[in-house]
Amino acid sequence: MSGPMEAAFYVAAAVAVVSTLLAISRLVAVHALLYLIVSFLSVAVVFYTMGAPLVATLEVIIYAGAILVLFLFVVMMLNLGTRDRDQERQWFSGAAWLGPAILSAILLAEVIYLIVSGATTGGLSATVGPKEVALALYGPYMIGVELASMLLLGAVVGATHLSKQEARP
Amino acid sequence: MTSPYPFAAIFGVLIVALTFAAALIWVERRLLAVWQDRYGPNRTGPFGLLQVLADMIKIFTKEDWIPPFADKPVFVIAPAVIMITVLLSFAVVPFAPGIIVTNINNVALLFFLGMSSLGVYSIVLAGWSSGNKYSLLGGLRASAQMISYEVFMGMSLMGVVLLSGSFDLTTIVEAQRHLWFFVPQFLGFVLFLIAGVAESRRLPFDLPEAEAELVAGFHSEYSGMKFGMFFVGEYLGVLLISSMITVLFLGGWMGPVLPPILWFLIKMFALVCFFILLRATLPRPRFDQLMTWGWKLMLPLALANLLVTGAVVLAFR
Repeated sequence: MSGPMEAAFYVAAAVAVVSTLLAISRLVAVHALLYLIVSFLSVAVVFYTMGAPLVATLEVIIYAGAILVLFLFVVMMLNLGTRDRDQERQWFSGAAWLGPAILSAILLAEVIYLIVSGATTGGLSATVGPKEVALALYGPYMIGVELASMLLLGAVVGATHLSKQEARP
Repeated sequence: MTSPYPFAAIFGVLIVALTFAAALIWVERRLLAVWQDRYGPNRTGPFGLLQVLADMIKIFTKEDWIPPFADKPVFVIAPAVIMITVLLSFAVVPFAPGIIVTNINNVALLFFLGMSSLGVYSIVLAGWSSGNKYSLLGGLRASAQMISYEVFMGMSLMGVVLLSGSFDLTTIVEAQRHLWFFVPQFLGFVLFLIAGVAESRRLPFDLPEAEAELVAGFHSEYSGMKFGMFFVGEYLGVLLISSMITVLFLGGWMGPVLPPILWFLIKMFALVCFFILLRATLPRPRFDQLMTWGWKLMLPLALANLLVTGAVVLAFR
């Protein structure tokens, strides 16, 4: 990575960490979702600085642009008010923190250990464009693509079935 | 291919895009008036040209009111999102050889799609944060409409990508040297045009702000320049979709005799006029009709277009 790219990487990584923490700790669901969007966008910048522009744009289109809009759609339908905010505050205090905190601490210790030991794989050396990704997907990883498409087909059939049942008396 | 003078390109594109968007307000009002057999704004300055300036002074000096029941931070951010996403998309548009801000490592087309999908948040968040049931309904409609139409918007472009073999917009324009993609990708062109109208929320697809049912939809509670940002954002969206259609289907800057940038502007302006003509002529559909149309007609057509294009490209390779 060159100088400006490296600076962009560290800034985006810091934004990703902070926005993810804020996404967890917000009490209003829509605010939490907004921080999650920022987190995804900063991860996209991280991908871009590491030489994966296709993955970066797909992150923006699919995660930040489509999936989280659906999340927001559902949250808007729920009509959450101050009562839910108080409930969130109650859930946040005390023992609920303990389990996730311990597990996250283990992961954090692992990451720090990996960095200290110098056993990192390092960033991508060259830019991986759309063509390279496509050749890999429809070459050695063909089975993975086909399996994913079957899974999606199953999901589509399932969704159609669920919506049909509602129509019956 | 990135411009040798990045800052000149950035400011040039920004200033030109914003000026054109503001001028479009006058163009639209005059053209609508012509088609409806009246004069339109013709009092301020020659041909009413200063009407834009008058509107601007008015909108900047109006009271900037935030309703007490609104979610203040989100309410303030929402109008900025649409401006930022649309203006960022202009960065990848090649107006003429050398007049482009960046080609972002050859994924310019995907970048445009990403920014247009982020633009949805502006409308949805504006609707939600207003704390008003009409605004919320507008926001819900916007999210459903824009997600549905985004799907085949991307699909309809893939034919162009298949034919030119690249996501890079400059390469796509160069690939149209002999034949504009308008001809081999006519179905893709029509689908993208319709999706583009829906994405920029112009009539007949302006259901998120359908004033006959929802007061003013998602921007009911907005006033002053915050409303102005939605307003200018919509015109910027029209400009952006017109320039994207020009780049993808109408050969970009290609054309005889005249300088390239002029050809680009002529094609873009013709499309903008077509957008305004649509507004002047078509009625607004019902919301369920809009969704049915999107999923049951446009999406299968886009898929069929992709399939046939892929087969043809494979056969003639």
